[in-house]
Amino acid sequence: MSGLTPSQTVGPFFSIGLNWPTGWRVAMDHNAGPRITLRGRVFDGDGVPVPDALIEIWQADGEGRYHAERELGFCGTGRCAVDEQGVFRFETRKPGRVPLPDGRLQAPHINLLVLARGLLQHLYTRVYFTADAATHDDDAVLACVPPARRATLLAQPVGDEQVFDIHLQGGHETVFFAL
Amino acid sequence: MHRVFAPVPAGVYPANATPAYRSSAKRAPQQPLVAIPHTPSEICGPRFNRVMARGALHDLTRPSGAEGEALGQRIIVQGRVTDEHGRPERQTLIEVWQANAAGRYLHDGDRHDAPLDPNFSGAGAVVTDDDGCYQFLTIEPGIYPWGNHYNAWRPKHIHFSLFGSAWATRLVTQMYFPADPTLSLDPIFMGIDDRSTRERLVSCFDPEQSVPDHALAYRFDIVLRGALEIPWEQGA
Repeated sequence: MSGLTPSQTVGPFFSIGLNWPTGWRVAMDHNAGPRITLRGRVFDGDGVPVPDALIEIWQADGEGRYHAERELGFCGTGRCAVDEQGVFRFETRKPGRVPLPDGRLQAPHINLLVLARGLLQHLYTRVYFTADAATHDDDAVLACVPPARRATLLAQPVGDEQVFDIHLQGGHETVFFAL
Repeated sequence: MHRVFAPVPAGVYPANATPAYRSSAKRAPQQPLVAIPHTPSEICGPRFNRVMARGALHDLTRPSGAEGEALGQRIIVQGRVTDEHGRPERQTLIEVWQANAAGRYLHDGDRHDAPLDPNFSGAGAVVTDDDGCYQFLTIEPGIYPWGNHYNAWRPKHIHFSLFGSAWATRLVTQMYFPADPTLSLDPIFMGIDDRSTRERLVSCFDPEQSVPDHALAYRFDIVLRGALEIPWEQGA
């Protein structure tokens, strides 16, 4: 039997311990690649904004490479507590295509985690981009998602921002993953 | 060969849809989670150790800038972080936060009318050593009331956040204390159906690590998901 430590909710007061004031700034000015702003809101099953969620992201650089160490340049890691209106925002770079071990390329994506009061385990999802639609049919992860629900994983370009709203429940419920 | 993580066995993580936990009603997804392969995106992950080690905060009882010492029973919380195969999780960040001895959080959203402690923020951050071990000094948090149901009280607990080696190993959990009479009444703790599984979250009193005339010790070991090496085809 597995001895894994169970998960529990992050609760309403996580900002005490998980406060990272510059966590929204994933990229520094000197980092290469096209700048993007990833913005979105978190909604509950009644369509009401969730004011106490924490969003974390993890992404590759513009060349499709992951960098674990922040001090080596682009870290690809962000953390942002939503505001009273459920809004989060990250300043980052457009990720490149990450290769699979067999050499096939994934579609550009940002890995995203939702933590909140009311969630006893955090929720994994991914952000894809409409501009990369030509790469989506071959993506190994999107292939697991029922076609009718794939649109919930697409950020929508609005002005110069990419908007990714997260619906925890309801008709537009975002696809969440079992990893 | 490719790293993958075995699925989390059913029942280890409490279901998000746990009706007794009222906040889950409008927030727990209703569609089943979609199983995905572990690509390089899932099997590597952020490492905060270098940055955070500089800001490590092992002693929560004497916050910088405070004039005195936090009120309450001083406790040492220590343990070892391993993966499910027993390998130490080296140099991994642990962030903790908790209520003060009176059961009050230093947070605008906490309406409990217990006193704040000017010498206690309740926040800490430590990095495990090369054997996966960690330790911090704090005070025992208080039990506090919450609005989940009539006369609801949260057991004494300390929130823990860990990253491990991969995006797939992220864990946020809570450490509880032995013999707390409110544990069996708490829908968050009891959201884990199996008794022996949920008791993994209950720390052990550790008299040998207690420091005479100074602090009691509690041990809380943490087990994160561990990677296996398999051919990619099986992982895809």
